[in-house]
Amino acid sequence: MTAPFPELVYYSSKSGNTHRFITRLGLSATKLPEEQDQFVNMTEPFVLVCPTYADGEGRGAVPKAVIRFLNNPDNRKFILGVIGTGNRNFGETYALSGRIIAEKCKVPLLYTFELAGTDTDIVRVRSGLETLGRSQCSTAA
Amino acid sequence: MKDMLETVVPKAINWNRLEDEKDLEVWNRLTVNFWLPEKVPLSNDLPSWGTLTDHEKQLTIRVFTGLTLLDTIQNSVGAPALMPDAITPHEESVLTNIAFMEAVHARSYSSIFSTLCSTKEIDEAFRWSAENPHLQAKAKAILDTYAPGNDPLKRKIASVFLESFLFYSGFYLPMYWSSRAKLTNTADLIRLIIRDEAVHGYYIGYKFQRGYEKLDEAGQQELKDYAFSLMFELYDIENKYTEELYDELGLTEDVKVFLHYNANKALQNLGFEALFPPEVSEVNAAILAALSPDSENHDFFSGSGSSYVIGKAVATEDEDWDF
Repeated sequence: MTAPFPELVYYSSKSGNTHRFITRLGLSATKLPEEQDQFVNMTEPFVLVCPTYADGEGRGAVPKAVIRFLNNPDNRKFILGVIGTGNRNFGETYALSGRIIAEKCKVPLLYTFELAGTDTDIVRVRSGLETLGRSQCSTAA
Repeated sequence: MKDMLETVVPKAINWNRLEDEKDLEVWNRLTVNFWLPEKVPLSNDLPSWGTLTDHEKQLTIRVFTGLTLLDTIQNSVGAPALMPDAITPHEESVLTNIAFMEAVHARSYSSIFSTLCSTKEIDEAFRWSAENPHLQAKAKAILDTYAPGNDPLKRKIASVFLESFLFYSGFYLPMYWSSRAKLTNTADLIRLIIRDEAVHGYYIGYKFQRGYEKLDEAGQQELKDYAFSLMFELYDIENKYTEELYDELGLTEDVKVFLHYNANKALQNLGFEALFPPEVSEVNAAILAALSPDSENHDFFSGSGSSYVIGKAVATEDEDWDF
């Protein structure tokens, strides 16, 4: 058995916060493409990491690229959970995309963090993903 | 050279042909978020204001004049100084929105004052803001960077530090009152300002990153050193400012943690790593809850926070989701 971590899928705009988090995390991850004609099709369980782009009313929280990805039922079949990111300064819409996806896909919101995350966030997410990966292995076995 | 520039044909801005999608994204976000202080029923805070001691009232008014000064600078100098550096015409438009909203913010504090305070108290606080050495020192440090002829990317660094760091020694206080169920309408207004400043810091930080990535390694290193040394300089001033304001209420150490947390976020807006380690940057939960009510931090991994979330209606555009 290889590393117990589940696969990661993430979106990051050009401001790059989520990308920097994923890089520091150092785990295998697929970045969702911005281009409308490119698709990612998952064939194994994964965790989605998604930033929030909501206006004051919460509209537009989930990036279009993520919606396109989740509109594929096969991708929804493999999603284990979502990690939402954002900025607390946006008040009630903080990490809203994570909450929306959790509800829409009926999976747990695993964690939330701000911007590119802190060292504490990295440690917690790594160990959380490891636990999740292990439990996946034992369920599969 | 100047004559040559003047012969360039003036161009009308075409929003249907974007060079940078982020300009439209941020324009939309800022314009949808537009607000005026009249929207907030500040006078409902009068009974609560009456429960504060004279010292607490004076502190609150002083903190708000300090914030007014920063908004005034950003409105009249900061955002306009960034305009000639704009890479796209759409960026210039976004900056005009930012400049105007800073004027709305500065104007809002006066609405709070006229609702809650006497003319004498207001005048005293504005006099204080003109004379306070720490407040003036931070204003000067930023204004020096904005000066004509300075490096455009250094101006963006200063601007992000103002938007994402320098305001927070002041924003702490209304969040603190709000966490104790005081001045809650004022806190609602401040949250609108915080939301705007977060978009400003994000956008200017984003534009900084676009310029930074074009530099060679030596240029990047020089700029990064500049950013961290300016942060240290401002942090030093903020510490003294914080002590002077908050020592009497015993809140100084708590405010300093909030400063670390926001300094880290400001650096992240620029694409840099955090400066302060987690153990000195973990903000008291009551203040975090005041910042983003109804959005507890979720940590399903370690069993805190609720796992399956919200019964509340979520704002999605249904046509975007097939399922």
